[in-house]
Amino acid sequence: MEQLRIPLIDMKNISIAFGGIRAVDDASIDLFPGEVVALLGHNGAGKSTLIKILSGAYKRDSGSIYVNGEEASISNPRDAKKYGIETIYQTLALADNVDAAANLFLGREIMTPFGTLDDGAMEAEARKVMGRLNPRFQRFKEPVVKLSGGQRQSVAIARAILFNARILIMDEPTAALGPQETAQVGELVKQLKADGIGIFLISHDIHDVFDLADRVCVMKNGQVVGTARTQDVTKDEVLGMIILGKCPPGAVAGPGAMRVAA
Amino acid sequence: MTDATSNLPLDRARESESGPIRKFLNATELDTRMLGMVGALLIIWIGLHILSGGLFLTSRNLWNLSVQSSSVAIMATGMVLVIVTRNIDLSVGSVQGFIGMVMGVAQAEFLPRVLGIPLGSPSMWIIALVSGLVVGLLIGALQGFLIAYLAIPAFIVTLGGLLVWRGAAWWVTSGRTVAPLDPTFQLMGGGPAGSIGATWSWVVAIIACLAVVFMLVNGRRQRKRFKFPQRPIWAETFLGVVYCGVILGAVSIANAYPWPVGIVRRYAEANNLTVPEGGLFIAHGIAVPVLIAIAIGIIMTFISMRTRFGRYVFAIGGNPEAAELAGIKTRWVTMKIFMIMGLLAAVSAAVSSARQNAATNVMGTLDELLVIAAAVIGGTSLAGGSGTIVGAMLGALLMQSLQSGMVLLGLDTPLQNIVVGAVLVIAVWLDTLYRKRF
Repeated sequence: MEQLRIPLIDMKNISIAFGGIRAVDDASIDLFPGEVVALLGHNGAGKSTLIKILSGAYKRDSGSIYVNGEEASISNPRDAKKYGIETIYQTLALADNVDAAANLFLGREIMTPFGTLDDGAMEAEARKVMGRLNPRFQRFKEPVVKLSGGQRQSVAIARAILFNARILIMDEPTAALGPQETAQVGELVKQLKADGIGIFLISHDIHDVFDLADRVCVMKNGQVVGTARTQDVTKDEVLGMIILGKCPPGAVAGPGAMRVAA
Repeated sequence: MTDATSNLPLDRARESESGPIRKFLNATELDTRMLGMVGALLIIWIGLHILSGGLFLTSRNLWNLSVQSSSVAIMATGMVLVIVTRNIDLSVGSVQGFIGMVMGVAQAEFLPRVLGIPLGSPSMWIIALVSGLVVGLLIGALQGFLIAYLAIPAFIVTLGGLLVWRGAAWWVTSGRTVAPLDPTFQLMGGGPAGSIGATWSWVVAIIACLAVVFMLVNGRRQRKRFKFPQRPIWAETFLGVVYCGVILGAVSIANAYPWPVGIVRRYAEANNLTVPEGGLFIAHGIAVPVLIAIAIGIIMTFISMRTRFGRYVFAIGGNPEAAELAGIKTRWVTMKIFMIMGLLAAVSAAVSSARQNAATNVMGTLDELLVIAAAVIGGTSLAGGSGTIVGAMLGALLMQSLQSGMVLLGLDTPLQNIVVGAVLVIAVWLDTLYRKRF
């Protein structure tokens, strides 16, 4: 059944090297509508790099990307956004010196008929989306550098969902958050998933994402160890994949899986 | 996401506790930093007035001050954008000198001799100015390209430019000074002829006051449209009265400065007027270079605040990586900034050479430092991401006030340099303190 559907995103045999280091080596991963795929691995396993290729921040050396079954050419962040791919970066990627509305619309400003910035309209829109996400947020006039970690995070999330994303990439979305805020992000993920949006969750901590994800994909040393549906594997088995690169029976092994002798 | 609420009641509590000054600042939404600069300027003016025995705050000195500040103020508006994006431009003084030579040679030698257009023909000044603007744009584009696309640090590219363009300025005529310039072109430099006179100055003042009122009313309407909090009416009225008062005051000072007696006599002879007993009073009014500087200040403020390009400039300054990830073509924006800087250096070159009625290969020497100092004193942070056009122009006025004031006091040039240098350092130190506190 699942095999017949066209994946929202299909990244095939992606490689990229920085200097002599193969940060991502022949990695393949896919994502279906309304699905949450957790991309796991140690720091430096190549998760963020792989996903930055999808979001246009890095240019791949080889491999291809298919969006809705059609080959996509993504060579910069603008291209990715055209395909409805929105990213919430680990660093949040906010311009600290301007306010929330300016950040939400950065690169996609609302203009007046005279070709000038329509700050009023942007702030009004920002109030709407922030009201949905974080109803108590009021500091619209201040540069985002003055906001708390959680508030900055909600600005980054709001930016990603404001423009009707079809594919959402969340790189360590809860790294800067407390337990309550983490739960809020979890709720948001479920809500977006119900809307049919495909989500990549990137984390180095399995506990953060195991319950939210439909599938996990584990990377190690730039290679994919294996992919598994969360119902087919246990947390311990996934930990084994992350730490040892050992692929359990419930998972589909990738090129990075440890070769077990006989 | 929780602590957003806790701040709200706290802020209100603080507001009710605070004194009338804070309430006033909240109501008018005035920038305290800008107020500080205006305050510093006034203190310097009054101090110099007292020290010079009443020579500083005269219509003549203030009028000259406005003309002398124009050239640096024009370039400082562009330097704000350059510094906001964490770059620097050390070449503006040399570029100004080079373009001055190009425009001078164009109108005094090339056009008359090669194309047979005589000096003083109506199209002459336009051709000269446009050729200068084109050269400025090209120089800016070249330097911007090297910085943005070849990733050579702006410091190095423009340090090279500092030497290259100064050398090029010499090369144009092998160091010879070019004079005189076209009479119409000269109007850009000020002087009795290069001022718009009393009547037109009042017209400009009234238009400016109407613009202030329109902007205040329009601001209210915009806020109403999106149901944002409004400034109280008394604060709006106060702002309107102050802004219009400053405009009318400045114009009345410019109108209080009469033409020198000799020029009045020649003017009277040429127009068959009889000079009455006690002399004929003909006011200078606003000088053309000052009008040019103000117009550029308004245009640059508009660009930086109201256009997409301006928004990107600040976003790049705040976080270059975020700007890139947001899909902004950061390199193209950077190149455009340097192109604007080149254009402004050309305008500044026109003003400076017109004022001297000559193009010399040393024009603009060390101006890059004055321009950078003006921008920095005006609140542009070298760390990038913040700065205002108005602040930089005020900074230029402040630097020029110090310099002319010290000339009035009869201080030697070395001592002048020491004072200006010290003021720059102290100003930036005060700014650092201010940024830490607020």
